Amino acid sequence: MSAYNFAYLDEQTKRMIRRAILKGLAIPGYQVPFASREMPMPYGWGTGGVQVSAATLTPEDTLKVIDQGADDTTNAVSIRKFFEKTAGVETTEETEKATVIQTRHRIPEAKLREDQIIVYQVPIPEPLRFLEPRETETRKMHSLEEYGLMHVKLYEDISQHGAISTAYAYPVKVCGRYVMDPSPIPKFDNPKLEMDAIQLFGAGREQRIYAVPPHTRVVSLDFEDYPFEATKADHPCDLCGAEDSYLDEVIMDDAGNRMFVCSDTDYCRSRREAGHMGRLAEENAA
Amino acid sequence: MAAQTQFSGGLENAPVDAAHAFRAAMTVMARPGDIRVLSGSEPPAPLSVAAGTLLLTLCDPETRVHLAGGIDTAAIRNWLTFHTGAPLVSAAKADFAVGTWDALGPLNAYRIGTPEYPDRSATLIVECDRLEQSGAILSGPGIKKTARLSLPGIPALQGNAMLYPLGCDFFFTCGNRVAALPRSTQITSEA
Repeated sequence: MSAYNFAYLDEQTKRMIRRAILKGLAIPGYQVPFASREMPMPYGWGTGGVQVSAATLTPEDTLKVIDQGADDTTNAVSIRKFFEKTAGVETTEETEKATVIQTRHRIPEAKLREDQIIVYQVPIPEPLRFLEPRETETRKMHSLEEYGLMHVKLYEDISQHGAISTAYAYPVKVCGRYVMDPSPIPKFDNPKLEMDAIQLFGAGREQRIYAVPPHTRVVSLDFEDYPFEATKADHPCDLCGAEDSYLDEVIMDDAGNRMFVCSDTDYCRSRREAGHMGRLAEENAA
Repeated sequence: MAAQTQFSGGLENAPVDAAHAFRAAMTVMARPGDIRVLSGSEPPAPLSVAAGTLLLTLCDPETRVHLAGGIDTAAIRNWLTFHTGAPLVSAAKADFAVGTWDALGPLNAYRIGTPEYPDRSATLIVECDRLEQSGAILSGPGIKKTARLSLPGIPALQGNAMLYPLGCDFFFTCGNRVAALPRSTQITSEA
């Protein structure tokens, strides 16, 4: 650990990131440009989130890292090891025990507390990017609060599919002003964006940081006659029986058998430890 | 010996002290009305511990700093330059400005950002004689229902909030304690 500065980054880089985080918190949902550094992992593997976490961590923190809800996937394991090595912080898989949670594409099922911070890894921070490729134009659209194009996109969803088919990275309006990409979390998680914890978003390749302070109004865009719906697979978890958690579908064999399991591995484990059982629980344990 | 005392009082263990200081600064900026302890540096008088630590945590050669009124002494200039290398500038150019409320004003001297880059605005560090959770009623992002904070110059701060998403952001420092007021906070004076 002594071979690294605390939390890997040099102090001047951390100051630059910290200033961007403060401005981000002061203007909820606005994307603050920052001078993203090269990290010892490829773009797309959470370099933005890692830089925000590095600037936020203190030695007393307990870090949890999840990738699509799971603590034990490659991305989560390697980022956790990275900070164990460079910051010497404690790590955990339990949402309850963590003070800083870095996440890729999920919000934990357990309600986050006032003293927790959640850091999102963001691939494309600009919600308007696929509608308007020019940064100069999207910046102008944000400054003029010109979000008609986004509503046209959602309308076209309805006219083609009969419902808003956007299922993840569902656009939200923060504090009545900025339209924001909540990162590719499933829209099931959108209602949780109004939470007690501090939410920070880091996009490394795109060089943007943004934030949502606690208790901030976050509204998923919709229409009066087609209101927003937080959807999930219509099943209970096959391992823990939870009916309120977001599920992953797993193909079991070539015959088309499949199972649904909680995407949040910690939530599923803690429920099973508490004695809850799903359809395939015993078989699985055997 | 004289040089040593002139420049002493920096962060002892910069990476860790700055991490703690930033965490306090971030928490208060995310939760307007909260008051946290912010310490680690020992700046020359009359700069408070909280204001001095905040400057060492956030400033470097890339940030322009304005020292207002009684804070603009040779000792503080030298101390800040030695520890941060931040260029000292007038109010109109500043990224960070430090001073008492009366010395800093009027607010229209500071950068408020542009419609396309509202983040390019000044952060004001206001030295206060008292800092309490009483007085003005705050609401908005970061606040569950309402919060209270002893604010100086409520009309000017209300005017700043009306510029949203443009405007300045504020830290209030008193001794080793800090609170913050981002531009997004709505302020009502005490009924």
